[in-house]
Order: sequence, then structure tokens, then C-alpha cells
Amino acid sequence: MATTPKPKLAVWKFASCDGCQLSLLDCEDELLALAGEIEIAYFLEASSATVAGPYDLSLVEGSITTAEDAERIRDVRRLSRRLVTIGACATAGGVQALRNFADVGDFLSIVYASPEYVSTLETSTPISAHVPVDFELHGCPIDKRQLLEVITAFLHGRRPAIASTSVCTECKRRGNVCVMVAHGTPCLGPVTHAGCGALCPSFDRGCYGCFGPMETPNTVSLTRQLRVLGMDNRDVDRVFRTFNVDAFEAVRAPEPGA
Amino acid sequence: MHVTVEDGRVTDVKLRIFEPPRFFEAFLRGRAYTEPPDITARICGICPVAYQMSSVQAIEQICGVDVDGPLRSLRRLLYCGEWIESHTLHVFMLHLPDFLGYDSAVELARDHHDTVAKALELKKIGNEVMRVVGGREVHPINVRVGGWYRAPRKRELAPLVPKLERARELALETVSITAGLPFPDYAQDYELVALSSPGEYPIDRGRIVSNRGLDISVAEYDDHFVEEQVAWSNALHSSLRERGSYLCGPLARFALSYERLSPIAREAAESVGLAPAERNPFRSIVVRALEVVYAADEALRLIADYEEPDSPAVEVEPRAGVGYGCSEAPRGILYHRYRLDDDGTVLDAKIVPPTSQNQRTIEEDLRGVVERSLDVPDDELSRLCEQTIRNYDPCISCATHFLRLEIERR
Repeated sequence: MATTPKPKLAVWKFASCDGCQLSLLDCEDELLALAGEIEIAYFLEASSATVAGPYDLSLVEGSITTAEDAERIRDVRRLSRRLVTIGACATAGGVQALRNFADVGDFLSIVYASPEYVSTLETSTPISAHVPVDFELHGCPIDKRQLLEVITAFLHGRRPAIASTSVCTECKRRGNVCVMVAHGTPCLGPVTHAGCGALCPSFDRGCYGCFGPMETPNTVSLTRQLRVLGMDNRDVDRVFRTFNVDAFEAVRAPEPGA
Repeated sequence: MHVTVEDGRVTDVKLRIFEPPRFFEAFLRGRAYTEPPDITARICGICPVAYQMSSVQAIEQICGVDVDGPLRSLRRLLYCGEWIESHTLHVFMLHLPDFLGYDSAVELARDHHDTVAKALELKKIGNEVMRVVGGREVHPINVRVGGWYRAPRKRELAPLVPKLERARELALETVSITAGLPFPDYAQDYELVALSSPGEYPIDRGRIVSNRGLDISVAEYDDHFVEEQVAWSNALHSSLRERGSYLCGPLARFALSYERLSPIAREAAESVGLAPAERNPFRSIVVRALEVVYAADEALRLIADYEEPDSPAVEVEPRAGVGYGCSEAPRGILYHRYRLDDDGTVLDAKIVPPTSQNQRTIEEDLRGVVERSLDVPDDELSRLCEQTIRNYDPCISCATHFLRLEIERR
């Protein structure tokens, strides 16, 4: 009797810190069970063995910042039945997308004595700007429980059950006191995609938006509140321009009268 | 990796690293003095705590703030969690499979299930320390300039105690396992550079010292070390002015602060014949295991002595100036320098990760290893070179299984 071949998983890295793929290795309780269910066919962080494609599921970490990587992601797409992007770099360009709001030539000369040796694109862009993506998992870093849900869902041919509401809903569910209302701490929770479990407010800290914008966020209203709490223009710009800078800039409506 | 061999002699070794540049030092300019710990953590998902610790130290120095007592103990505790997690990841998932001839820890688990299961258990305990103290294991959210957003209660730390006792046991086993591995016969007379701190093994702060008489404050780093760009790689190469390459990381810390290890860690070293004179870079895997013993032991001490602070952070008012920070990332010293203006805006930033610092030594080791093995087939040599690179646990993009070896024989 022929046995069904195990689904093949591949993990790819582009410009990133490796933290999101590390989240897979951080699934200490599930890793060996997972390796029994699927074939980890390509995962350079964890193995020197590579199995040729096509792959049933590709997880892609990192953003596109070089011409070679813009080519490579097309190859990855061709080899992948399903392609899921993981983390703020892959879904929004990451913190390195701050270059999109500056002159990359200036950036090069700040870091490198001989910028001509280094080849890089002027922008850092998400994977979806280059190839079709089947699902985007947000977070800087991603949440490992959500990662397991995504892998399980795709292996069973269903959509992942990942909420697209705000961090506020997670705070309420955890029974946290609202840091903005009770302590006057600026917080991006009302406009930030859920997924972390309202981590920062649970540590008496305002959310800093590392999961990127939720669906249809009301940034105008939040910005008004941030100002009431004492933030000036520069502070507000800084807080939105971090790990999901491109995604937040895309949804930040110009303020009335600004 | 490109190797040139002429008449049976290695004349050139170039390790090309194509990791695309992400320009952290550039976009830190114009940011607030409170932001570097969160922003620089994103340089490395494997050692974010190191970036957070070096950055807060530099900024607090500028602002004239000293974070000590329980607030500092918590920093050291968080760092112990990162050492346990990162070292265990490296020892079992990246390096041990090389020694035993497997492609990965998952492959290794087929024949040595118990070993890998214990490794995962150990790694998980490191992660739990990071989660309790820092909020999460990758890019902790609780670290701030001046201390913490929320200091954990004693009762939150208490459940870590039996786990860390177990971690210490597992780490002691790891020392025995790794000490019994077959090691290539190779040693070099390195200049070893590490932090040094009175009465404690160096983790979160100290002076920068070497086995050849270097003994400087972190503020003097730029007078003694220089970072150069090479045409063949995106990774910068550091060296000691007028002295050349040096080695940082576990082997250097162990050699220079052996006497400051806890008694349990020192006994473990003695039991496997590991001495401060060790200069075989392949045996760094044993030192890493030993540092996990120390980190678990030190974490237990820190928890036992912990008193809840009155406030989770010291007030930090911005002021103009230049500040320097250095801490011992799992892979070696990590240097940060910031210049602030009087409202706390970052005017410039410099960050030198351990992988840059070890880059020249890695190339020199590769040259040495290839020279001794010119008669072995290219694919075997390629594996040996990967194993050599992994002695340094370089940031993952180069540590991972990437190597394409080109040997040009003339």
C-alpha cells in the first residue's frame, strides 16, 4: 500500500532579523510532532539538507530590498503551491522601509565608507508588492501560536482563524485596565492588528503597533487623543513610523486642518 | 566563500556575505532617545536582548543615570534567559549536527530523540525566563531606558526556580555530551577580547580587556578598534588598531573570566578538562554548554536575591552628549555609541555586532582549516568550512546552511 507523501514545507528568508523564522523553532513542544506530520524540505536556519520543490507551503520572512531578491521571490512563488508571508518585514517592508521616506544614497554613505560596493534598491517593499500572497501573518515578531494555526490551517486546506480586530479587543478579553484611559499612557492599541494578546498593556506599556494596522483603523481619532496626552507632531510621526511604517503611512489619513 | 590555492598553499580566503543592508545606523538619526532599545532589537531576532542592553547602557550614560540594584539584576536575569536560549539553539540545532554528521536537529532526532527532546526542553526554559521578565522571547517589550515598564513580582519569578534547576542539570549533561565529541586538531594563538567585571562573569557590563594587555573603558573603544569595509562582503570587518584580528565570544570570556564562573560551572569545566588555556575554536561548543550551566546558576542566584523595586524605572531626562554601551551578546561583545542633542534626539549612532568583530578571525581560521585539508574532496571540505564558521555562531544569515565553496586551484 502506497503511503501518502508528507506535505512539504519551505521557509525562506529575505531582508529581516530572523526572529519570525526563529518563532517556528521556538515551538519547542510542537516542533518534533510537526516534523512528523510534514517534511521540512527547505529551512536553512535549521538544516543543510534541501529537498527540491515544488513545496506545498512556503513561509516567507523578510522584505525585498535588492534586485536579486526581487527575482528570487518570483522563483519561490513558482515553486510554492501556497505562499504565506510572516512578519512585519514580509507583510509591510519592515523597519528597513524607513528608507522609503529618505534618500537611500544618504543612508548608504552613513553606514558604508565605500557605498559603491553595496547594491541595494531604493525601497524596502513587502512580498505582496512582487507576487501574489495567499495569506499574511502580521507581527514584529509574529506570534508562534498564530504561526501554528496558519500552518495547520493550510495543511488542512482551510482559512486560518486569525482575528483582524484591534489590540483593544484582546485587552478587554484579558481584563486589562486601559492604559490610555486609566494612566494617560499613549497607546496604539485602538488601531493595531490583534495577535500579540495585548502584551504591552499587560506590562503597563502603551502598544507600539508592532502588529501593524488593523482593518479600517481610525487613525484620525487616535491621533487627536495622542495629542491630548501631550504628543507633538514629531512624536506622533515617530510612533507610527517604526516596524510597519509603510502600512501605517498608507492608512494615516491627513488630519483635518493639518 | 572563495578560496585561492597556489602550489598547494592557500593564498586567499574571502567569505562573501550578501545579507542585504538594512541601514539601522542611518535611520536611528532623528529618533527619540527612548527608541533605540526597541528599534535595535530588530537587528537580530536571535539576540535582541543584547541590542537592548547595549543601547540602554549608552543612553543612560549620556543622561547621567545609573541603573543598579534590582533593576540591574532583572537586566542580567533577562540576559541569562537569552544566553540559555541562544546557546542551546546554536549548540543543538546548528553545531551538534555538524559534529555527528547530520543535516539538522530534526534528522538528529531520528536517532537521538532523547537528546533533542532535552535540548528543546532546555531552550524552552531560556525562553520562559525571557517571557516572564521581558514579555516575549523575540523582541522583548518590557525593557526601557531607565529600567522596565513593569517589574515582575517575586511570586512571578518563583515558578522559574524549579525550571532553572532542571536547566542547570540539562546543561551539565550537555557539557558532558559536547566534551566527548571528536574535535578537529586545530588551535590558534588568538588575541581574545571580552568584557571584564569585578566579582562576576561578564554579561551586561564591564571594561574591555584582552589576553594581550588591552584594558580600556567602553568609551575608549573607538580609539582602539577600527571597522573596515571590504569589497567582497556586506559585513564590515573589525580589527584592533596596529594589532589586527581578534576573537570575541564564549572562548574569550571563558579564558579571561574563568575565575569568576560560579563553583558549579567551574567544577563542570574541570571535570571535562576544559581550561582557560583552551584555544581550539571547535571546542567553543563545550564552552557554550558551560555558559548555559553558568547562566542557569546565575539566574537562580539573581532570583533568590531579588527584592521588588519601589519603582520599575529611574526617571531619565534627556541631555546632549555622547554615550557608549557594551555588553556580551551570546556571540561576543556588542558595542553601541550614540550622540544626542539636548532634547534627546539621536544625532548619530554606531553599532558594532560581534559577527563583524570576528569576521577576520573567521577568515583566518578558514584559511588554516583549508590548508590542513587540501587533500579532502570539495564537498567534505565545504562541510568542514561550514562547521568552522559555526564555531563563531555568527548571526544567523551566515551561520545557516548556506555555504557555496569555490576553490580556485592554480
